[in-house]
Parts: sequence; C-alpha cells; structure tokens
Amino acid sequence: MSYLAIKDLTVRLKNGVPLLRKVSLEVEAGEVRALVGESGAGKSMIGKAVLGILPRAARLTGGKILLDGEDLLTLPPKARRERIGAKAALIPQDPLTALNPSRRIGPQIIDRLVDILGWKRPKAEARALELLDEVHIQDPGRVMKSYPHELSGGMRQRILIASAFAAEPKLIIADEPTTALDVTVQKQILKLIREMQERHQTALLFVTHDLGVVSKVSQTLTVLYAGKVIEDTNVRAFFEAPAHAYSQALLAATPKYTDPDGSLMPVPESIITAVEQEVAAFDAQLNG
Amino acid sequence: MPFVRALLTRFATTLVTLLGAAIIVFVVIRIVPGNPIAMMLPPGATEADIDRLKTLYGLDKSIPEQFWIWLVNVLQGDFGTSITSRQPVFDLVTGRLPATLELSLMALVIAIALGGTAALTATLYRGTKVEGGIDVAGGVALSLPDFLWGLALILVLGVVWPIFHISGRVSPSLGFDFQSNFYLLEALVRLRFDVVLDLLGHMLLPAIALAIPLAAIILQLLKQSLKECMHDDYITLARTKGYSETSIITRDALPNAILPTLTLIGVQFTFLIGGTVIIERLFSYEGLGNMAIDAVINRDLPLIQGIVLVFALLFTLVNLLVDMTYAALNPRLRHA
Repeated sequence: MSYLAIKDLTVRLKNGVPLLRKVSLEVEAGEVRALVGESGAGKSMIGKAVLGILPRAARLTGGKILLDGEDLLTLPPKARRERIGAKAALIPQDPLTALNPSRRIGPQIIDRLVDILGWKRPKAEARALELLDEVHIQDPGRVMKSYPHELSGGMRQRILIASAFAAEPKLIIADEPTTALDVTVQKQILKLIREMQERHQTALLFVTHDLGVVSKVSQTLTVLYAGKVIEDTNVRAFFEAPAHAYSQALLAATPKYTDPDGSLMPVPESIITAVEQEVAAFDAQLNG
Repeated sequence: MPFVRALLTRFATTLVTLLGAAIIVFVVIRIVPGNPIAMMLPPGATEADIDRLKTLYGLDKSIPEQFWIWLVNVLQGDFGTSITSRQPVFDLVTGRLPATLELSLMALVIAIALGGTAALTATLYRGTKVEGGIDVAGGVALSLPDFLWGLALILVLGVVWPIFHISGRVSPSLGFDFQSNFYLLEALVRLRFDVVLDLLGHMLLPAIALAIPLAAIILQLLKQSLKECMHDDYITLARTKGYSETSIITRDALPNAILPTLTLIGVQFTFLIGGTVIIERLFSYEGLGNMAIDAVINRDLPLIQGIVLVFALLFTLVNLLVDMTYAALNPRLRHA
C-alpha cells in the first residue's frame, strides 16, 4: 500500500478552467518521486492539493487523495488539517519568505509539536535541537533564539528542512526547494534533503523543473503537461529512453554541464502541438 | 549603549518640542485681540486702574521679557496663578488632567477593541457578506466627526432611552469621597463597584463618541495589512502544520500586520486627545479640555499656557511610547 495515493485528482479554477486533469500517482514510504514539467504544468498544484493549501481561486472538483490509506477529502476540515499536519510536511520554495519574520526560530520549529500534537515543551525543544544538529547547524541553541533576518538563506532552508521533519511525517513535499538559493548552496541542500529522507525513511514528492536534479534525487518521476500526467516511470528508464515524445524533447532541452557551449534547444513546436492535441482529446473524452 | 543614547536624544528633542510649543502659544495668546485685564475690570475703569493691574500681572513688560520670567518660574516649578480663580495653575491643571487621561484612555481602549475585532473578523470572513457589512459600518463610522457621534449618542442613549448619564463625571448624590483625581482607578482599587458603574455611566458615551472614528481608521488599515500578510509564504506553511484559520490570523499574521496600525494609532491618539476639548464641553465632563475652553473665554493667559504645555507633553509622550512599542514588536528594528 502506497503511503500517498492520488487518484483522478481534478482541480479547476472557479471559472471551470482545469489546472489538474485526472492526475493519478503514488509514492511509497521511502520512495522519492520527482514531479517535473514546465512552469504552469501543475506540478506545484499537486503538492498544494495534498497539503490543503490550494489558492482561493482554485477548487478540487474530483478524485481522491489517500494519505496513509485514509481519504483526506472525506474528512471534516479540522480533522483533515490535523492529519496533514501530523503526517505530511512541506519544504517550501523560498526560505527567505517562508519563516515568520516576527517570531524566533525555536517556536517556529516546535509550534506544531506543542499546539497540534500536544507534546510537552521541553520534549519538543529537545527534538528541535536534535533536528537542527541533523541538518548540520552549528550552535543550535543560539539559532533557536534567533530571528529569521539574522540568518542566511542557506541556514534558513536548513531550518525549514529540520522543521519539516519535526513531527516525523511519513510524507514530505519539497516544492522546488533549491530554486531560490544560489548554486553552491543548492547542491548542499539537495544532498541534505536526500540524507534526511533516507534517515527518516519518508516518502518524498520532489517538485522541480530541473531534470538535472531529478537523477540525483529521485527513483521515480512523473512528467506533467498542462495538468495532465504525460509519463510515469522510473528514473533509469526515463534517462535511457523516455517513452513519450514530449518527455524526449524535454530531456533534449536540458542544458548539459558537459557541453557548456552547446546551444539551448527548446521543445519543438510540432511536439507542443501534438501534446496540446493529446490534452484536448483527453478533455473531450472527460466531458463526453 | 545605543539604547541609552537613543533615549537621551529623544529626551532632548522632547524638551525642544515643548519649548517651541510654549513659545508659539505664549506669543499667540498675547497678540490676538482681547486681554484679561478688560475681562476683570468693570466698565468705566480708569487708565490708572488698568495700568496698575497690568503691572500686577506683569503684562506691561515686552513679550520676550514676559516669556523669560515665565520660563524661569516654570523651571522652578511655578506655573503661575490663574487670573480668574486665583489658584496656582499647576494645581488646577493636575487636578483636571486625570479626568481627561481616564476619558481618552478609555476611548483608546474602546477604539482598539472595536476596530481590532472588526478587522480580525473581516479578515477571517474575507470575500463574504460579513466583510462587506463590516466595511459599510466602517465607512459610516468614519463619515461623521466625533462630536456629531457625541450628539447622536446623547440623543439616543441619553434622552430617548436614558441608559447613560449625559453630563458630568460623577453623580454628586453618590456622596463618595475621592482621595485622588483618578476617580475610575480609585473606585476600582477600593472595590467600590457601585461607584465604578456610576463613573462608567458618565464616561462611556463621550468615550465611545471619541472612539468611533478612530475604530474605523484602525479597522481599515489593520484589515488591509492583514490581507496582505495572508498571502505570505509563512502563512501557507502554518496552514500545512494544521493550524486553524483563526489561530493563523491572530498568531502569524497579526504581529506582522500590526506595525503600520500602531504608528497610526499613535498619531490618531493625539488627535483623539485634541478631540476631548469639544467632547468634554458637550458632555460637561470636568476635564482639562473643558477647562481650556473656559480659560480661553476668560483670556486666562497663565492657565491657557499651562494647559497647552500639558497637552504638548502628552502628545510627545504618546509618540515616544509608540516608537518604543514599535521597536519591541519589530525585531528587525531592534538592532538598527
């Protein structure tokens, strides 16, 4: 049984425009699945739907989200919120804005343990210190008492990773966690996320538009286009021979470090047209 | 110690502000038509009588000279004698100040409670009819000045349904012997809740009248800041932790949204204190503002001067308090 199973998930804007088209995917405990696609393909939207943080303009119009075997969408709001808070966590995209500027770091890590899970404060504090140590932060005691503006971007992302693992969730959703960081820090953070994921044996849904990152982090991946699953495969098979023409073009469009002078190759027009037609046919089938 | 230095700088600027205010008022009340001597003497007084009185009150000297004498006296703790009541200005002013302080603080508390609750509720129900209703109420509250709200309140809650007293600070029939001029505080400390009730019966209407426009301003600004904060990433992150919308608004958004409102409350509170002058008159509330109007009518120069000085001191203190609260609430400012 997969830890997270999404079945036929459909999300639409209030005016009916579909953002996710019957998306299905599964993540096992201990598995890392990458969600890849262009901007607007709906990869972040899947994570948001699972975590219950869809934007106000969007609504979930169909499908199931099974977390640890329990259908989240049938739960009453409070129970759903608390279930998500206990079993899943988000590593956000931008560490500079994801910490509350007017609160100290310590309370921001332990708050859910105390308020939602009912831990005693000393136990939660000990746990936070331990986690900060796990993400290689020097002097965790001082950091706990710091405000976000006193720390660097890389430090803050480490803190957010520690915070995500605080409640021992079995699912982590990382939403482009390295996009806002500079390149040297990106590598360390990727390694850290992988290290934490292995140590805690969590399922990890890794949202990214960078195929170069995918091979380093994940075992399986889902390719999306316009909110539709284009390909669902494992990483080795994908990099050897992508099945779908769009995936092949996407892979070919990835800049290669081995060939820094090579020209950038966009996804060809003909392939975009073909995949657009495929999505349109899929929509017609849905509505028909 | 940067904090001590900032405090000293603040203290110095406060003194300069007070001196400036004192000079302006001192000159203005001596230039404008009407003089206290004419008010004191019966019609047909001789030139000699007028000159004798002028000499008695020091009004025959030049204005800079008069100011110097006044300043030297003030620095020795002597604020002069009221021309009308012949009592020391200091005693008169300190006797009335507590009444005005109690009234304006009560108004401030009401304004913050009303405006704050309305802003939080509107944020919680944003995009619904509840928010629309609160917006309309805020607009209405803001469209009338405090003294018109005072008149409306007197009419409705004082005359049509006489629930509240509409005049004075305390019912004389109560026969309560106050030891201080902080009536409400004293009644609370002495646990005389019947007296507290009577005092509130007098104080609430003028306080509400003063509070309504301020509450509306707080509502509008705080709601706007809260709405902006609700889009921030740390709010989204708090949602994934399992927190309810209410606790996210009060715990995560409010501390970040409140700073602009705090500055505004500081500025507006000084306006509110200014508003007590007319409101106290309207409700015959025995405060500083009411006394200021009498002093102006009687051209009681030393008393006017004393009252203005106290008002100026109040204003600068309020601003100082706001700055200190601001630094306490915003960790990014503390190290600056």
